[in-house]
Amino acid sequence: MIAIIDYGVGNLFSLRSSLGFIGAEAKVTSDPEEIKNADKLILPGVGAFADAALKLKESGLDIVIKEEAARGKELMGICLGMQLLFEKSYEYGEHEGLGLIKGSIVPLAGYIPENLKIPHIGWNAISFKKEHKLFKYIKEGDFVYFVHSYYAADCEDSVIADTEYGARVTAAAASGNIMGCQFHPEKSGNVGLNILRAFCETEN
Amino acid sequence: MITKRIIPCLDVKNGRVVKGVNFEGLVDVSSPTGLAEYYSENGADELVFYDITASFEGRELFTDILTKVARRIFIPLTVGGGINTVADFDRVLKCGADKVSVNSGAIKNPELIKEAAQKYGNQCVVLSTDVKRVGSEFRVFAKGGREDTGMEAIGWIKKCVELGAGEVVVNSIDTDGVKKGFDIEMLKAVTAAVNVPVIASGGAGSTADFINLFREIPDIDAGLAASVFHFGEIKIPDLKAELAKNNITVRL
Repeated sequence: MIAIIDYGVGNLFSLRSSLGFIGAEAKVTSDPEEIKNADKLILPGVGAFADAALKLKESGLDIVIKEEAARGKELMGICLGMQLLFEKSYEYGEHEGLGLIKGSIVPLAGYIPENLKIPHIGWNAISFKKEHKLFKYIKEGDFVYFVHSYYAADCEDSVIADTEYGARVTAAAASGNIMGCQFHPEKSGNVGLNILRAFCETEN
Repeated sequence: MITKRIIPCLDVKNGRVVKGVNFEGLVDVSSPTGLAEYYSENGADELVFYDITASFEGRELFTDILTKVARRIFIPLTVGGGINTVADFDRVLKCGADKVSVNSGAIKNPELIKEAAQKYGNQCVVLSTDVKRVGSEFRVFAKGGREDTGMEAIGWIKKCVELGAGEVVVNSIDTDGVKKGFDIEMLKAVTAAVNVPVIASGGAGSTADFINLFREIPDIDAGLAASVFHFGEIKIPDLKAELAKNNITVRL
């Protein structure tokens, strides 16, 4: 079973539907026991980093996630959920993340050329930086759907894919059993479904 | 680089897709779920659903259809029509919408944009506006394009973006349904005024109209149309192949 961690941030309808569509057994849950019993975890999220990090902390789920991650359970973060995997974020101040991947979340503003719109919204092509299981069923240059104003920086070792938006922007990152996509696989058509499919697969 | 988006729009009334010519003489085209799946499989970058039903029963039916569509469509879905309160945002977001578009609701109460943006984020709030020339200025029209609000359109759009609208759909009543091309002049004025994605609507009749739109206005993000797609006059994969040939970045 895949646990979609519900900590009160964002709309989980599409994520749940897309996992159902590919035939994965998934459950939206905030129950620590269910999270501990799950085979894999997905950490979703949209909105502001500080608010989401606080909700994780208040619910105690931050500790559960860290424990499960330390046990080697596969964990995928999506969008803000991916950003939360990093050490810290500079979105409106400085906030601590889960610290499961080295690096920090910083504004696109000041990094990309000024004439480009922020948020980075829309379909953009990803290019692979490393081989990774998430890319098993997709190819270099496939398009995925982004909506974000901040990106993961100082994480060269863990970037597995990036995208071009006036500069190279982290699209996906991974460190061992921890991985995350800045884009929304549940909104990226067949390419996105294939990324979720690869994540959900049990390798033997 | 980010691609230009091609967006089919489905006007839904009493559970069926309809599209008017100049907003009058509605013609039934097809089933919303069937069309949505077709588009999702055939190159649409996003879908827009407008609920143009007025009755409570129609509203319930729409919510039902929306849920069915959202369960099977894994591209961004924008929903509009009858959005007057934050509770309306909540209702359609729970049925699987990713973005919510406000038009008359924002005219009646501009603070709605601010409240919704604070609750769901700017990326979730789309301003949709119907614009028509009156004398020498662009005016905002309400009630499906029937009523002149007296408001100047560019100022209105700027105000809504400041309040938190993360994207703007601008429909030109002057070119809508005429199929002679998008309203380049008006759209240029809008893209020059705001720095959020602008989606052009109204007037697409041919592939050349889309090429012209993206060439003439490099800052425009997307082209939206209904009947030319619904009736198969333009097939989205063919349109995108032509755009790519003309060096316009699209998702193929």
